[in-house]
Amino acid sequence: MSERERVGERGTLPVRIWRGGADGAFERFDVPRRASQTVLDVVVHVQRHVDPSLAYRYACRVGMCGSCAMTVNGKARWTCRTHVDAVVTDGALEIAPLSHLPIVRDLVVDMAPFFDKWAAAKGQFAPTATRRDPFAKVPPASPKRRAIDATIECIGCGVCYASCDVVGWKPDYLGPAALNRAWTLVNDVRDGAGVERLRAVATDGGCQCCHTQQSCTRSCPKHLSPTGSIAGLKRLVAQAALKGTL
Amino acid sequence: MRYAAWRFVLQRGSAAVLALCVIVHLATMIYAVRHDLTAAAIVARMHASVVWPAFYTLFVVAVAIHAPLGLRAIVDEWLGLRGPLVDAVLACAALVLLAGGLYAIASLSA
Repeated sequence: MSERERVGERGTLPVRIWRGGADGAFERFDVPRRASQTVLDVVVHVQRHVDPSLAYRYACRVGMCGSCAMTVNGKARWTCRTHVDAVVTDGALEIAPLSHLPIVRDLVVDMAPFFDKWAAAKGQFAPTATRRDPFAKVPPASPKRRAIDATIECIGCGVCYASCDVVGWKPDYLGPAALNRAWTLVNDVRDGAGVERLRAVATDGGCQCCHTQQSCTRSCPKHLSPTGSIAGLKRLVAQAALKGTL
Repeated sequence: MRYAAWRFVLQRGSAAVLALCVIVHLATMIYAVRHDLTAAAIVARMHASVVWPAFYTLFVVAVAIHAPLGLRAIVDEWLGLRGPLVDAVLACAALVLLAGGLYAIASLSA
C-alpha cells in the first residue's frame, strides 16, 4: 500500500513540536493524517520518518504505564490514549513537554522532582507486621478500604502535577499525586506511619496549599480525584492540630 | 509544620466566622437603608447595645486573622515573596487591621 493510499483523503496535519531544553522552541512538522490516529502516533511518525533525533518517552502504548504524558494543545494528557481528532484545534496540533518539570530534551522531562515529592510526602508503605504474622484482613466494604479504592489506581503519570496551577506558583508544594498517595496510605490499616505522614503533608508546601481548583481531578486520565484526597488530608491535619497530636 | 497547620485552621475558622458576619452585616445595611436610618440613629443604637459592639469586635478579629493569612498565600504564590520578613510585615498588617477596627468600634460605641 502506497503512502498516499494509506493517507487517503485525509491529507497532512501541521504539528508544532517542542525542541531543545527550557530555552528551546517549537519546530513545525507535517504529518500524514490517518484514521484513529493518536498523538503518540504523530510523535512516533516524526521520530521514525522525519527526524530521528526527536526525544520522547513511551512504553506500553495502551494507557498502563503513564510514561507518554505530554502537553497537547496546552493541556497535559496521555498521548497514547488521546486521539488527534479529539484535540486538534484549527486543524493543527502543538505538542510540548509536561509543565512544572525540568525539560531534559524535546518532549522528555525529568520526573525526579515529581517522585522526590512522593518520598517527601511519606509515600512509602510502613509495615507494622512481620512475615511471621498472619495476613491482615481488610474487609472490602470497610470505609477505609473504599477510600483506598478511590485513590489506588494512580500510576504516577504526572498529568495532575503538570495541570496544577499551585505547583507552578509554589514550587515546594507537594502536588496532587504525592498527596493522593499519602491519603491512600493514611487509609491503609496495615500502615504504621500515620502521624509521621500527617506531619509530612502539613509542612509549608503541604496539603493546605491546595486551592481546590480541581484541575488535577479534571485532568486525571484515570478519573481519580486527588482533590478529594487532599480534602481528606486537610481534615485530618486540622483535627490533629486542634487535638495537639501533630 | 505545626505553624502551617495552625495557619490553615485559623484561616478556615476565620472564614467560617466571616461568612456569618458578612451576612449579618449586609442584612443590617439593607435594614438601615430600607428604614431610612440616619448615621446618628445608627450610632445611637450602637451606644445602647452591647450586642452590636461585640458582634463587630468578632468581625474585626476575624478580618485581622483572615486577611493577612490570605495575603501571605498571594504574595508567596504570585510574587514569590516568603520568609520571616514577609511574616513580620503581615503580622504588622494584622495589628493595623485589628487596631483600626477596634478603634472604630470604640469610637462609635463609647
